[in-house]
Amino acid sequence: MSELFYDAAPNATRVAPERPKARAYPAKPSEITLFGTCVMDLFFPEAGLDAIRLLEREGIRVHFPQEQSCCGQPAWTSGYVKEAREVARAQLNLLDNGQPVVVPSGSCAGMFRQHYREVFADEPDTLKRVEDLAERTFELTEFLLHVCQVQWQDLGKPTQIALHTSCSARREMNTHLHARQLLGKLEKVERLEHDHESECCGFGGTFSVRMPEVAGAMVQDKTRSLMDSGAVEMVTADGGCLMNINGSLEKQEVRFRGRHLASFLWERVSGEKTS
Amino acid sequence: MNQRIPVTELESSFRGRASEALADSQLRTNFRTAMDSLMRKRADAFSDPDEREDLRELGNHIKARALSQLPDLLEQLEAKLTENGVKVHWAETTEEANQIVHGIIEAKKGSQVVKGKSMVSEEMEMNDYLAERNVECLESDMGEYIVQLDGEKPSHIIMPAIHKNRHQVARLFHNKLGVEETDDVNELIRIGRRTLREKFMEADVGVSGVNFAIAETGTLLLVENEGNGRMSTTAPPVHVAVTGIEKVVENLRDVVPLVSLLTRSALGQPITTYVNLISGPRKPDELDGPEEVHLVLLDNGRTRAFADAQMRQTLNCIRCGACMNHCPVYTRVGGHTYGEVYPGPIGKIVTPHMVGLKQVPDHPSASSLCGACGEVCPVKIPIPELLQRLRQENVKSPKEHPQVKDGGAKYSRTERAVWRVWAGLNTSPAIYRLFLWGATRFGKLTPKNVGPWTQNHSAPVPARRSLHDLARQHLGSQGTKGGRS
Repeated sequence: MSELFYDAAPNATRVAPERPKARAYPAKPSEITLFGTCVMDLFFPEAGLDAIRLLEREGIRVHFPQEQSCCGQPAWTSGYVKEAREVARAQLNLLDNGQPVVVPSGSCAGMFRQHYREVFADEPDTLKRVEDLAERTFELTEFLLHVCQVQWQDLGKPTQIALHTSCSARREMNTHLHARQLLGKLEKVERLEHDHESECCGFGGTFSVRMPEVAGAMVQDKTRSLMDSGAVEMVTADGGCLMNINGSLEKQEVRFRGRHLASFLWERVSGEKTS
Repeated sequence: MNQRIPVTELESSFRGRASEALADSQLRTNFRTAMDSLMRKRADAFSDPDEREDLRELGNHIKARALSQLPDLLEQLEAKLTENGVKVHWAETTEEANQIVHGIIEAKKGSQVVKGKSMVSEEMEMNDYLAERNVECLESDMGEYIVQLDGEKPSHIIMPAIHKNRHQVARLFHNKLGVEETDDVNELIRIGRRTLREKFMEADVGVSGVNFAIAETGTLLLVENEGNGRMSTTAPPVHVAVTGIEKVVENLRDVVPLVSLLTRSALGQPITTYVNLISGPRKPDELDGPEEVHLVLLDNGRTRAFADAQMRQTLNCIRCGACMNHCPVYTRVGGHTYGEVYPGPIGKIVTPHMVGLKQVPDHPSASSLCGACGEVCPVKIPIPELLQRLRQENVKSPKEHPQVKDGGAKYSRTERAVWRVWAGLNTSPAIYRLFLWGATRFGKLTPKNVGPWTQNHSAPVPARRSLHDLARQHLGSQGTKGGRS
């Protein structure tokens, strides 16, 4: 079977319609544990704090265990199972407190919810705790939207933004749909679509340093389409993508930037200027 | 830009070939345009997400059921085909498969072969093998014909010449066939067809691939859009079909959803223009069809994949190409960058069984694991999961007994040591906090050049205070404890 060649219109972003994954959400808890992620810890700590403020605003007491580090994803996606398992086990032990775990990153939340099963596939006893953690893990926007069922008053000025979502997270956990709905609650925020929105920004953890040429082409295309969207700024709930996209924008010496969705949301609902 | 790849590595590595492809703006436009169109066509062909997901689920089950009884089905297929008058041959390697095909041609004293499209014949490099033995092989699929004319290999499993646009094809035809240069697509196809039409009549043997081999009835099913498949399998006196052992399915009923998945995923078509069901040579009362039909069943590493419960899923593949159409890497670098017969995400997971990881050590890493491929796969092959598995096999030491052919191709003591340090850092809260302290305090000292990262990004400068630090201050000591309370 073969087709010769096409003369298609460029910039097609149409993707097949989705069938969102179903998830039953619990009632709003009084306490949660925040897993801050290693990227936010070092590069976007203010956004982590904004996530804490958003949760506290909903009357939730936030715990941030100081022993937390990384979910283990970098080693896992690089094929280093043993090292990934050691780091994952440390988090698993730490988060074994029965509280909902809120993660301000779709891909790290996806690690807990989807990939710990694979990491601990050979340990039936651990798997029970893994399933328990998976059940209790929520990505931040998902938690605000479906568990807190936030009702917000938008205190900001009218603005136009573009939303980027980590692709493994959107495919594993529909994080893009949650973020869109959450942004939809803000009266004066218009979310603009951008070209090839569902396409990867080229981060992929170690992919961006193992294949810098291909990853570079991907992030350049992504930043161009974000800027072409007409948006004032980009927001994303994933530190990895944010580091990738902002790092590229900075290198290109353009003014356009992205920021973490938590900071954007906190600014809108608190009226405070955030980073 | 820094960290440029030395010129000597250009040809031999994925990164090198990718860099060349990325620098070719025409190539990138051709791929982007074509893949966008294919994604749109597929999206339109599956407008009902419920129906699509149910069908994918069904496709996955049908293939899994077929694979669970693969040896039995292959025996049944052989028995049925033999009963129908088809000669069945088994080949463990591509070399054996080539010998078989050449033997059939030799027995007929043939010198001209006309081929329908077949990726397995590409796997065998059949054209070269036969050319060395003075048998001329002519590709009759238009895309294959174009790449053959230009001395190239296919860059896509469904659209072999997708890396070229019509202007490039026009120039090629003008240069090679001496026709007037025209970029009217219909005219180009007419030119190709005129040349091919005579060859169908002259050929001694027709070679084709197989999309599904049906065990119950001993039927070979072949889908195509140009009619060249039907011509290749009916006009010459001998028809030789070549295929991989994973193409066998249980019965005719199984084929209905699989064909629908295949044509919709590949080109967004409800069905192809031609669906050929071949159940044997010409019967005495029939007017046309070949006098002899052969089927060559090729292993070439497939049983190796079959033996591994996880990697067995690669044999689900029905070769639709949707994974490459949706792949952000493939879209940018094109099929030739992969340097092997099967490009794109599916190529990365099937090639190691065929040629071994040593030959394609960078294939598993050439993915951001974005998951677009797994999302569209019509038979639900968990491609990202299998890529991840191959990465594991790739970095194993010899002592860890890699389970994929030539595993451990990327084993490095240095890299292992780096990950050991990383694990130590992330499992010891005290060391991790010390690390945070250092990184936040001396972040300003981050060098401008931090390896490949700064090829595309400014250097990442850590914040002055970590989230650990900010949270401790904000939440107070009560909010910072973990573990079961």
